[in-house]
Amino acid sequence: MSTVTHTSDQRRPGATPPAGPAEDRRARAAGGIGGRIFNGFSHLFLVVWAVMVIYPLLWVVMSALKTDSEVIREPLSLIPKSLQWDNFARAWSAGIDSFFLNTLLVLVFSVTLTMLLGSMAAYALARYEFRGNRLIYWMFLSGLTLPIYLAAVPLFKGVYNMNVVFPLLGPNKHLTLILVYVAWSLSFTVFFMHSFFRTLPDSIAEAAMVDGATHTRTFFSVMLPMAKPGLISIGIFNVLGQWNQWYLPTLLMQSVAGEPKHQVIAQGLIELSVNQGYKSDWSGLFAGVTMAMLPVLIVYVVFQRQVQSGLTAGVSK
Amino acid sequence: MRHGVARFVTGFLALPVALYLFYVVWPFVQAAGYSLTDWGGYSDSQRFVGLDNYVRLLSDELIRKAFWHNVFFLVTVPLFTIALALFLAFLLNVGGREDRAGIRGVFGSALYKVIFFFPQVLSLVVIAVMWQQIYRTDSQGLINGLLIKIGLVDADNPIAFTADPEPFLGIPAVLWWLLLIAVWSGAGFYMVLFSAAMQSIPKDIYEAAILDGAGRFHTFFRVTLPLLRDTISVAWVYLGFIALDMYALVFVMTPSQGGPNHASEIFASVIQFNAFQKGQFGYACAIAVALAIFTILLAAVQLRITRRERIEF
Repeated sequence: MSTVTHTSDQRRPGATPPAGPAEDRRARAAGGIGGRIFNGFSHLFLVVWAVMVIYPLLWVVMSALKTDSEVIREPLSLIPKSLQWDNFARAWSAGIDSFFLNTLLVLVFSVTLTMLLGSMAAYALARYEFRGNRLIYWMFLSGLTLPIYLAAVPLFKGVYNMNVVFPLLGPNKHLTLILVYVAWSLSFTVFFMHSFFRTLPDSIAEAAMVDGATHTRTFFSVMLPMAKPGLISIGIFNVLGQWNQWYLPTLLMQSVAGEPKHQVIAQGLIELSVNQGYKSDWSGLFAGVTMAMLPVLIVYVVFQRQVQSGLTAGVSK
Repeated sequence: MRHGVARFVTGFLALPVALYLFYVVWPFVQAAGYSLTDWGGYSDSQRFVGLDNYVRLLSDELIRKAFWHNVFFLVTVPLFTIALALFLAFLLNVGGREDRAGIRGVFGSALYKVIFFFPQVLSLVVIAVMWQQIYRTDSQGLINGLLIKIGLVDADNPIAFTADPEPFLGIPAVLWWLLLIAVWSGAGFYMVLFSAAMQSIPKDIYEAAILDGAGRFHTFFRVTLPLLRDTISVAWVYLGFIALDMYALVFVMTPSQGGPNHASEIFASVIQFNAFQKGQFGYACAIAVALAIFTILLAAVQLRITRRERIEF
């Protein structure tokens, strides 16, 4: 390719021969009819897909504001005759309140602990040479490929046996779920933070050590703050992952000796829906789903940039 | 400098490793052990039966079904999700007007990305419960209601969705309906992933292609797509794992969690069925070990196929 004019000529075979910049632009605009059609087509298809994503969500939210008879008679309408806010109150007191409370109680501790223990382990494995380093790293990594269902039966059994020795770690206990969540989140957290700590420069840690900081202090006041971008990514990943977890709680948070189940939100919603716990209280079920959905969506819209880059970084790392 | 390293490393690793060993590794090891016994789960009696469970699962009709259903998802979930995600990313990034600066992304692409990403932050359970209502088999469901209203579906004979075991293209219809949900919820995430990868391709590569006379379609297929190869293969591996884990959808959406008439059984539902409903823990563990071996083989094969020279830029 020798000159620009030559190539712009080639690029638009149908256009008039190139002249000044103004004519060139006009020529492109004329030749851009195909482009404009394509642009219109792009918008059309993108809008169709956007509607396919939003419409069901909107439909759920709007159905949550209808009366039951409206849900049955006019299931398709998006505009309720009058807004039935008491659907939310009813669903809330029908169990969603305790689902939320249990979920929050578990997540506050499990996410914090996952992040803390995960980055500690990753740091020790990434920056210190010792015997067994590789072995421990591969042990953590293997958890990524093994299906959780393989562990289900013995895990269930183990937790039930715990009940006799140490009831706090038995089934249907918040502490059990916290520790199980942490253990099952460690694989990915360690894997992700390991590669992150590897990329941090040695010189700063060495400088801190020369200044007399201990290994522990170097980690907490120098290296951990430097790993903040990685921590944010993996933090978002863990919050969403543990908030959405349903299999482990369904397995472990089962009623023991007539005690009511401490269900978390995903588990509770499944039960309400599978067992039709709402007994044809359709608007109540929609209200429950809305309450489980909206907080996450709002947090996402506010922090969308961080969430998008955080989650995609989790995959492409 | 080396002073106290051993103590420090032990201190940092003790708790995470202990937790991991107790709640993850030990159950896996036990499962492998139980798979060689006839343990029922509720009694303490267990007899060593060697490889009997494994021999039995080879001729188990239910497992054969579950295997093919898993294979179905394994092929279709990545295929459809990636194709749709690429198409959306393509429209988003090169669907804009051309001007002197070259081909641009469509107007409002940031907004589209925010919206398409919605399903990714929602729990699979929320998605499943929501789609359960969309797929209702009476006129109250979103799809049936809509189709009945415009007269495409007879009100007395609505679409059965996940209660429909009749084969479509040789695959039970219920699986296709589950596939639709999986693609619906996954496409946005991979579109954002592909979009980010497309934007990280240096501008001068595009400029060179345009100088060489390539239009947007040519540029996409000859330049962008090959440069996205790495990202696509990573996406394929991840989607493969997701496809093996369709259990939440099967659990919430299908009658008797794997039905109707076992038309939507997958490995996970067969394990659950054998362990907790038939009380055959030993056999369930053998199925789980088989699934684990299958997963690892698959991961190895995928990594092998998708490995190729990396293009640095």
